[in-house]
Amino acid sequence: MTAPAIELKGISKAFGAVQANKDISIRVMPGTIHGIIGENGAGKSTLMSILYGFYRADSGEIYISGQKTPIPDSQAAIAAGIGMVFQHFKLVENFSVLENIVLGAEDSALLRPSLARARKELKSLAEEYELNVDPDALIEDIGVGMQQRVEILKALYRKADILILDEPTGVLTPAEADQLFRILGRLKDEGKTIVLITHKLREIMEITDTVSVMRRGEMVGHVQTAETSPPELAELMVGRKVLLRVEKKPATPGAMVLDVRDLNVTDDKGVHRLKGVSFNVRAGEILGIAGVSGNGQSELLEVLGGYEKATGTIQLNGTEIDLSGRHSDGQSRRARGIAHVPEDRQREGLIMDFMAWENIAFGYHHEPQYQKSRLFMDLAAIKQDTVDKMSRFDVRPPDPRLTAKNFSGGNQQKIVLAREIERNPDLLLIGQPTRGVDIGAIEFIHQQIVALRDQGKAILLVSVELDEILSLSDRIAVMFDGKIMGERLPEQTNVKELGLLMAGVTGEAA
Amino acid sequence: MQKMPQWADVVLIPLISLLLAAILSGLVILAIGEDPINALKIMVEGSMGSKYAWGYTLYYATNFIFTGLAVAVAFHARMFNIGGEGQATLGGLGVALCCLYLPWPHWSLALLGAIIASAAFGALWALIPAYLQAKRGSHIVITTIMFNFIAAALLNYMLVSVLKPAGSMEPATPKFPDTTHLPNFSEMLAPLGIEFSRGAPANVSFLVALVACVFVWALIWRTRLGYEIRAFGHSESAAKYAGISPTKIILVSMTISGALAGMMALNNVMGEAERLVLNATEGAGFIGIAVALMGRSHPFGILLAALLFGVLYQGGAILSQDTTIPVQLVLVIQALVILFTGALDNMVRVPLEKLFLAINKGRKTAPKAAE
Repeated sequence: MTAPAIELKGISKAFGAVQANKDISIRVMPGTIHGIIGENGAGKSTLMSILYGFYRADSGEIYISGQKTPIPDSQAAIAAGIGMVFQHFKLVENFSVLENIVLGAEDSALLRPSLARARKELKSLAEEYELNVDPDALIEDIGVGMQQRVEILKALYRKADILILDEPTGVLTPAEADQLFRILGRLKDEGKTIVLITHKLREIMEITDTVSVMRRGEMVGHVQTAETSPPELAELMVGRKVLLRVEKKPATPGAMVLDVRDLNVTDDKGVHRLKGVSFNVRAGEILGIAGVSGNGQSELLEVLGGYEKATGTIQLNGTEIDLSGRHSDGQSRRARGIAHVPEDRQREGLIMDFMAWENIAFGYHHEPQYQKSRLFMDLAAIKQDTVDKMSRFDVRPPDPRLTAKNFSGGNQQKIVLAREIERNPDLLLIGQPTRGVDIGAIEFIHQQIVALRDQGKAILLVSVELDEILSLSDRIAVMFDGKIMGERLPEQTNVKELGLLMAGVTGEAA
Repeated sequence: MQKMPQWADVVLIPLISLLLAAILSGLVILAIGEDPINALKIMVEGSMGSKYAWGYTLYYATNFIFTGLAVAVAFHARMFNIGGEGQATLGGLGVALCCLYLPWPHWSLALLGAIIASAAFGALWALIPAYLQAKRGSHIVITTIMFNFIAAALLNYMLVSVLKPAGSMEPATPKFPDTTHLPNFSEMLAPLGIEFSRGAPANVSFLVALVACVFVWALIWRTRLGYEIRAFGHSESAAKYAGISPTKIILVSMTISGALAGMMALNNVMGEAERLVLNATEGAGFIGIAVALMGRSHPFGILLAALLFGVLYQGGAILSQDTTIPVQLVLVIQALVILFTGALDNMVRVPLEKLFLAINKGRKTAPKAAE
């Protein structure tokens, strides 16, 4: 019997009071794709960081190909044949592909011989694994899918036999993800061992041979992918049965709430971000906007939320909204009944150093119910309101004095949702409602969104998760390069068609 | 999860930093052949050993409270106001013009007038860099530093060419009228039957400084404006999302900051010198930065830090007067305190946090082992 490519025995790691990894053991056989799945904060990334030498385990041992191998730093990991592709690429934007690949692995002080050798090596790697990239292109000029390939090539150039990929599909279109999976399959065929960290059940089912499931720092199961199912994995991840599909009645759209016509945005650098966007949302329906992030969805939300200038017309309940940026801001939009759960709660939706009660008033801090007098805020009233909202939205722990950054992602999102939804808005803008949110909370958040729709509110949902768009939306619009490529009904479309629209392909494709 | 109890953050870290600075200062004093213990004794006695000493310590502390609060208010909006020196200089000009050219019947009215004048002048001096930051993106650190130089030059011009009495050789205003004389501690405490040193410069503006502390506390933690200032300071992107105007917050916070720095002139110009001279601020605007850092931008912390720096200033002055320790070395000691309490904060913080974590862990695992 061959020795496992990676064997971890009894790995534990604590950060302060938080036990990120508890006595974790895992075996990955060579030439297989092994998935590690778990919710955010389950300890997947910590475990892989230990394997890659970023953290040192408090206890436990690492065996590579049967040899006990201490990994004190990433140099040791590379020497042991481990390569890592991070979620956020570590590439120098204004260097060429070749320079990025050589960076840190130069043969000598002179660059030229290293580059020449790398060019040769790159060519043979490209042939062997079908990993084609232009060695002289600048990183900033190539797409994210290509950038990811460069990261993989970087690892292969350093003679990695074991490749760890951390949430590799987060930034990819479905087509790019398929391409990545083909490359991974090819690498596997050539005898490489691949560890795939993800929270997406679909990817696990599609590509892995074996799966390990983590929950709260512990390994709760190892299964053969062929012998399991998504509901079973989800239950292992969360520790209880979860509803993977959203239950909702058919929508009963009412009057037009939001009517957007020919919206154009040009940013500070002169880049045309929105190019003549038109759509509408009616009361009692959810319009989902699909698209790979960075295709204008953020700008659209910012314009509607009142903090980005635009040209065109937007009508809310039949009256026009000022888009010049002079007479309106986030506060005046709120006053008109637009609530906004922003895409990035840590950067916009919350002040991470503020306590929960300070965040509950955020954006609504001018409201009369929160004022004691003309000058002073009524802190007691805000705190009471926070306690109420926290209990209604099941925020844990229900401590209004806890700082926002000390809540988990799901609970942070619940704080933002509680603040925005309970204002009873006519229109709810909601961006990436479940990004970085654990499965248990996803269920709750989806229910809240559907419940608001059923109360007859208009909802504009922006998400990069196609599954989420498909299961929540009553209508789907796809954005690409600042334009709306088309509208579809969820029951009349599929991931493939939407994926093509997201990549800018229109016409007979479907 | 709390890393460290709050008292450790607020009390223990500054104390340890202070101790480290004291030890290093002691070594420096030892190196030039003086006795550090004796030096410490002289400093303590010189700054806190008598009513006279306290009168000076509190006088300096008053300056530092104003400038410390000024830096803190701006800092809550993440504006680094390095221009306290210039704003205090302009505040002095405001006080001088107010006292010299308006007829005041009584010191209390003169004080009110001077508060308005000093605050307005200081605020104006901060408002220009603030406007440039908000509208044109000129970095506030750079512009406020440059405005310190402009303020010094402006004061020079005003004293030499405009305000100097005819025939005088000294670039200074005439003495302010007697009706603008602020009661010092000896005059304030006499009606209560308490005797205080007559020669010490601490005066009624110390009380104004205390009121300013309360004002800043209420502003930052109780008002809507303070809430918006803090929100903007923590996250500009979130502030925009909430509809808080960055321009407004930058202008308003810098105006308040400049006003507080300007009000320092109540103490040093109106209370002590009773006329305006060159370089009246004596670097207090810069000390304010250290005071605000050490006081964690909280008015109570600033009060304590200002008292400490008052002790250092007064004690240092006595030290260079009573020993052969040169005045430059006293500056070194003060600089060491600033270095340790301000800049090297993390040097103490990180090991201390680890220590507390270890203690907490020990506490949590110990009962388990006992079971």
